[in-house]
Amino acid sequence: MKRLGQALPAALLLVVLIGIWEVYVDLHGSSFSLVLPAPHQVAKSLYTDRGLLWSNFLVTAKEVLLGIAVATAVGFVLAVAIHFSPTLRRALYPLLVASQAVPVVILAPVLVLWLGFGLLPKLVVIALVSFFSIVVTTTAGLAAVDPDLLKLMRTFDASRLRTFRHVELPAALPSVFTGVKIAAAVSVIGAVFAEWNGSNSGLGYVILQSLPQLLAARGVAAVVILSLFAIALFSLLTVAERLVLPWAYRSREEHPW
Amino acid sequence: MVEAPPKEPRELKAADGVQVELVSRIFETKRGRVEALAGMSLRADAHEVVAVVGPSGCGKTTLLEMICGLQTPDSGAVQAAPAALMPQRDLLLPWLTAIDNAGLALRARGVARDEARKVAAPWLERFGLGRFERTRPAELSGGMRQRVSFLRTLLAGKPVLALDEPFAALDAITRQEMQGWLSHVLESEPRTVVLVTHDVEEAVMIGDRVVVMSPRPGHAVCEIEVTLPRPRKRTDGAIVELRERALAALGVET
Repeated sequence: MKRLGQALPAALLLVVLIGIWEVYVDLHGSSFSLVLPAPHQVAKSLYTDRGLLWSNFLVTAKEVLLGIAVATAVGFVLAVAIHFSPTLRRALYPLLVASQAVPVVILAPVLVLWLGFGLLPKLVVIALVSFFSIVVTTTAGLAAVDPDLLKLMRTFDASRLRTFRHVELPAALPSVFTGVKIAAAVSVIGAVFAEWNGSNSGLGYVILQSLPQLLAARGVAAVVILSLFAIALFSLLTVAERLVLPWAYRSREEHPW
Repeated sequence: MVEAPPKEPRELKAADGVQVELVSRIFETKRGRVEALAGMSLRADAHEVVAVVGPSGCGKTTLLEMICGLQTPDSGAVQAAPAALMPQRDLLLPWLTAIDNAGLALRARGVARDEARKVAAPWLERFGLGRFERTRPAELSGGMRQRVSFLRTLLAGKPVLALDEPFAALDAITRQEMQGWLSHVLESEPRTVVLVTHDVEEAVMIGDRVVVMSPRPGHAVCEIEVTLPRPRKRTDGAIVELRERALAALGVET
């Protein structure tokens, strides 16, 4: 009951915003709704196009999940490498930051040329836009370990590797989760951009096709599904974190946001 | 015929002691040079408990870190058997249970988890923590956490224990209990102990010898032998007198 009460403000706000949107579009006539469809049109598309939306959602969901997995693996390895070697930190960090400045619209067609029309170029794009947050939060988590704890481990004759295994790595896991949660939200956008180049399925492809066909409602319906998917991913990761790292969740708020 | 007493200072008699001789240490910070220690000397024979008291910032922690080999002096010499540190805050790992925290030093040497637990379990029992083996630090009281922390340092298996204000963070009642407890443990489990504290009473209650340090730059100003048998009572006239002497050496009016 209490949780329901906590969700009430968000639900009310959503209803009000949708109401304003509906009235706004209705006031501007039917030609306007070709560009910005009214909420009831989107809802109708969600129902009538459900088969099309669902099959394309499955394609995008697979890309996103695999993309996050790749981003997590790459981000984690890079963070550990940076943590262990100051030289690598100096060499890698500028490049990593630069990689985030490369517009996906430039990169995606090149990747299609190199890697073809399959899943691979999509994974690269998704991983590229989402790995950075994991590198940053994981490196910060590894570096934030109490220096006194490291001294303690030295008096216990712990090797560098065992200190990492028993102290630094577990201490950094909540930070890894934080990075993956950010990555999850960004990766959905990454998937849409990836599907705009050399693909014939996925919700990004549906959006791309809907607009020139004056099926804006279908495009927005796809966006709604993508948003819900991002929220679901984020919530799932929050629950997983609580299960895997219960010790990190003593005094924090009930809500992930 | 009586042999003349040796003129040379006594050699470190056992391999398990600590000898710090005229040690100095200067830190370069952004705000200038800080002289932490200047001409500090200290001796702890094997299985002797030496309590070091001094005002805040007199270089006590620096001294302990040198004994543990975490820092090297700028001048002077430190000879010490291998030492394990017990930090001021308990620094237990929040994701490990009491038994795994206690066994951390063993894990640090590559001992398997089950083996480390086998070693730690009887000790937890002995320290009155048997029921809390599988409890995480967040659910332990301050006193219990310090006992786990001490056990973790003890299980490192080093001849020297370097205790850095181990009970400073505890409330007054728990602190007194823990002081009695530590004395008791060291009776049955003798180690060479260098105990740093700013609590004069703690020093005379636990130490075989009390070394009083000056304000920064720290050096020894006075040494007090405490030959009283254990368990000691805080209200004992001799304890009170030793406490007054130590306070006087610190320059505190009583």
